[in-house]
Amino acid sequence: MTPLLQDGPSRPSRFDLPALWRAVRPRSPSAVIVTALLLLGAWIMVFPFIWMVSSSLKPTSEVFAPVFTIIPKTFAGLGNYYSVLFDQPYPRFLLNSLIVCVGILVVQLVTAIPAAYALAKLKFRGSTILFGTVVASLTIPINVTSIPIYIGIVKVGLLDTHVAMMFPFFISVFAIFLFRQFFRTFPDSIIQAARIDGFSEMEIVLRLILPSAVPAIAAFSVFSFVAHWNDLYWPLIVVQSQDKMTATLSMMQYQQEFYTDYGKTFASATVVTAPMVIAFLLARRHFIRGITMTGVKG
Amino acid sequence: MAKLSLNGICKSFGKTAILKDISLDIEDGEFVSLVGQSGCGKSTLLRVIAGLETPDSGEIRIDGARVNDAAPKHRNIAMVFQDYALYPHMSVAENMGMPLIMARLPLHARLPLLRHLAPAHARERPGIQRDVAEVARKLRIEHLLDRRPAQLSGGQRQRVALGRALVRDPKIFLMDEPLSNLDAKLRVQVRREISELHASSGLTFVYVTHDQVEAMTMSSRVALMQGGSILQMGAPNTLYGNPDTVDVARFIGSPEINILPGTLEDGVVRCGEIVLPIAPAAGGGLRSGPVQVGVRPEHMVLETVPELAYPARAGRGLSLTFRKQTIEDLGGEVLVHGRLDGHPEHDVRIRAQKSEAYGCGGSLSEARDWEVRVNPAHILLFDAGGMRLRAEPVLADDHAEPAALQGGLRKKLDLV
Amino acid sequence: MATATTASPLQRAQARLAYWLVAPATLLILLIYIVPIAMVIAASLTDYTLVSDYFEFVGLDNYRRMATDDQFGNALHNTFVFAVMFLPAAFVVSLVLAIAIQERKQFRSILEVLYFLPVTSTLAAMALVWAALLDSRQGVINGVIAALGLPPLNFLGSQDLVLFSLALISLWSTIGFNMVLFLAGLTAIPKNLYEAAAIDGADHPLDRFFKVTWPMLGPTAMFVAITTSITAFKLFDVVAIVTRGGPDKASEVYLYLAFLEGFEYFNMGYSAALSLVFLLLILVFAIIQAVVVDRRVHY
Repeated sequence: MTPLLQDGPSRPSRFDLPALWRAVRPRSPSAVIVTALLLLGAWIMVFPFIWMVSSSLKPTSEVFAPVFTIIPKTFAGLGNYYSVLFDQPYPRFLLNSLIVCVGILVVQLVTAIPAAYALAKLKFRGSTILFGTVVASLTIPINVTSIPIYIGIVKVGLLDTHVAMMFPFFISVFAIFLFRQFFRTFPDSIIQAARIDGFSEMEIVLRLILPSAVPAIAAFSVFSFVAHWNDLYWPLIVVQSQDKMTATLSMMQYQQEFYTDYGKTFASATVVTAPMVIAFLLARRHFIRGITMTGVKG
Repeated sequence: MAKLSLNGICKSFGKTAILKDISLDIEDGEFVSLVGQSGCGKSTLLRVIAGLETPDSGEIRIDGARVNDAAPKHRNIAMVFQDYALYPHMSVAENMGMPLIMARLPLHARLPLLRHLAPAHARERPGIQRDVAEVARKLRIEHLLDRRPAQLSGGQRQRVALGRALVRDPKIFLMDEPLSNLDAKLRVQVRREISELHASSGLTFVYVTHDQVEAMTMSSRVALMQGGSILQMGAPNTLYGNPDTVDVARFIGSPEINILPGTLEDGVVRCGEIVLPIAPAAGGGLRSGPVQVGVRPEHMVLETVPELAYPARAGRGLSLTFRKQTIEDLGGEVLVHGRLDGHPEHDVRIRAQKSEAYGCGGSLSEARDWEVRVNPAHILLFDAGGMRLRAEPVLADDHAEPAALQGGLRKKLDLV
Repeated sequence: MATATTASPLQRAQARLAYWLVAPATLLILLIYIVPIAMVIAASLTDYTLVSDYFEFVGLDNYRRMATDDQFGNALHNTFVFAVMFLPAAFVVSLVLAIAIQERKQFRSILEVLYFLPVTSTLAAMALVWAALLDSRQGVINGVIAALGLPPLNFLGSQDLVLFSLALISLWSTIGFNMVLFLAGLTAIPKNLYEAAAIDGADHPLDRFFKVTWPMLGPTAMFVAITTSITAFKLFDVVAIVTRGGPDKASEVYLYLAFLEGFEYFNMGYSAALSLVFLLLILVFAIIQAVVVDRRVHY
């Protein structure tokens, strides 16, 4: 056998059409059908959003016109949104949602991160019991504890306040659990090296552990923010005045008014939905990771 | 009989050409290694043969039949993957039985639940179990048949992977770096076992590795690949002794060959100030220009060092001055690093057997100049682009002293 | 665990720091989980109502009441009917979607985003949209049905259809979530297992699925099944916004009943008992998950 020495490769040129076609061609007719079906399904998934935005731009009479058109025949968007944002206290609702979500998140992070670090890296008596309690609490939803917490809030006279809206969520056992698992993977050798270098324990947490936990913190923040923005159950229980209503809770008022002013109804639905949807579209990866993070726990 | 021919295989991923017009023929019963650094295309070539990748152009023939469009299962091949690719949820017996179940049972007899209704399932089962047990006995893994892959050691998994490949009685056996996940000791053992398997089965083997030692020790032929092309294909000794390019020479052989710059002027080869006792073969084309001079570490002879043993005297050869820098003790052998007179910037490696005098505080530990001899037949000459220049030794008598040798340079060139 | 007498100064300093670090979290866990759970258990044994401070210890009466309470039976029935329609679909549809999307070379990320979009959106707002889409007379969906020449369906107004409609809306809001979980599970399956299967002859889509995909997806599938079940039993938002349990309590599901008993009728004792039964249900799922997943991991 003589050795085979190849000179230059026969590389396809830049404008080699057959090669280009090979790269983009569908692999088989069935692949084309599946892709088409998936796109059709995606259209169904997205259609409610399209319908909502489209209806929010229409006058009431057109919302339930026999033939649906995406582009409104009569453009009433300006009036609808003006009325939602200025006649109704929607800025107030959105602000309430923001205050509640941010307040919850900040307290959750401030309480959960130190506790998680202690559970992950420090030895102290009772740590096993505490961690066991955290894991057990993971299974308890707000629906179970809502009665006593509500009674407690009534007794201390905090009903219909921002604090009441945030209180049950000030501690996130899920955050403690998640961050503990995350911190455990942080190498002990680095912490020991830092101690030898003269770092105090607080400095270790703030200057080493915290920066390393940024991805987990970001993911959890998305998770927490979305969950509490969209929450209907707890605000429904503790909010009484329109003054404290969250954006999500404000949707309740259309049960009564539902058949009166459709254009405005869906303009407000759009305003309530828009923040999370826009944030999702801007940071898709973070959102998908944050919201499905429960899927990687344990 | 399984003869494998590849003709003009090209494969690109996106804009990167991975395989560039590869052609090779593998005869029935051969053991051919595809060797090269990572990214050279060797694994892709193996996957093209297996049918896991479709080539952009070119032809694959097994026993003369074109198989480009045949599914892997129709090619009569078996493959052992680098990390074995055992099914973690199946027992060893189930893993090994998979190819037989697929080949012998119709689709409906393979589906969960439904299969219990299929007569083929009950009919074929005993035969499959028997064949699996047979192969397991050959590989000495009968006692592992009920275990899951996670309960096995690396060596045992390796054997199960071999078993899964053997059980279907393939014509061609493909292996993708099968030893790279084993520890060094086990690697040597399994290497021998694979060689024995090849000898006893008489199958055609195509073996991918980045380790030239594996390739050299096991193969009947080695194809050395680089940048998507085969640099040279031949018997291990051919690649070692008669490389076509400097890249082949560098890749094959450990420690790496010594390469020194030289010049060629009207058929006279110089390395530094020294005229080498070799001449490029007539009709070789190049008569003048820069060249590269290669000598393998084991071909540099420190004959005058008593701690080193040589079976025979080197005889007539080139004599150079060598200054030792460090010594690596390899057990039976030593590797001496140092510089040649006139080439202060090139690390030169010399490999030699120890003699009985080694370690008795001899002269090897002293820093001094040694005479190193090289048999001219062992000098490999390459042009500036790395292509081999065929050269022949020139005996002192035939070699009329050229004008260049006069003027005090004679002392460096000492033909014995 | 090291006792205080043998602990080094460093260990004692560490422990001291640890107590400071866990103190706020511990206090809040006590206030938000431990004390309320104890109070729920206590309240479930009384006839406490928020409107009067007078209450009596009634033993297990609240639990006995469930056995005879038509409301409770109705809510349980509705929840299970809903779950039976919702669960298999939420599981199978998202698995099929994940497998189909996983194999796409083009459109993959856009498809992922579009199917996930409903998960992030505010369900309370989107429920209003769905109510309009499903409207018996003017809804777009009935428009399509009419175009096919079929009689219109009263999706939300009919006792027979309302749970189906709720399942449909819940499905819309959940499959993206499950799909992404399945996609993560699929991506984690080593590609060379499929290649080994192809060499072994298992290249039919059904063989690939049953020999490689399904067994390798086991833990993910378990997780999806459990979380989806819990989602099903937590159904609340859509009911509260769209149907309010109607028509004629046909969509009054478990959590909505517990909510009504507690915060509309102020039967705190009974509502507490309902909550505890709900917790028990969730614990059963959590235990199944812990046991089965643990066993599955030991291949």
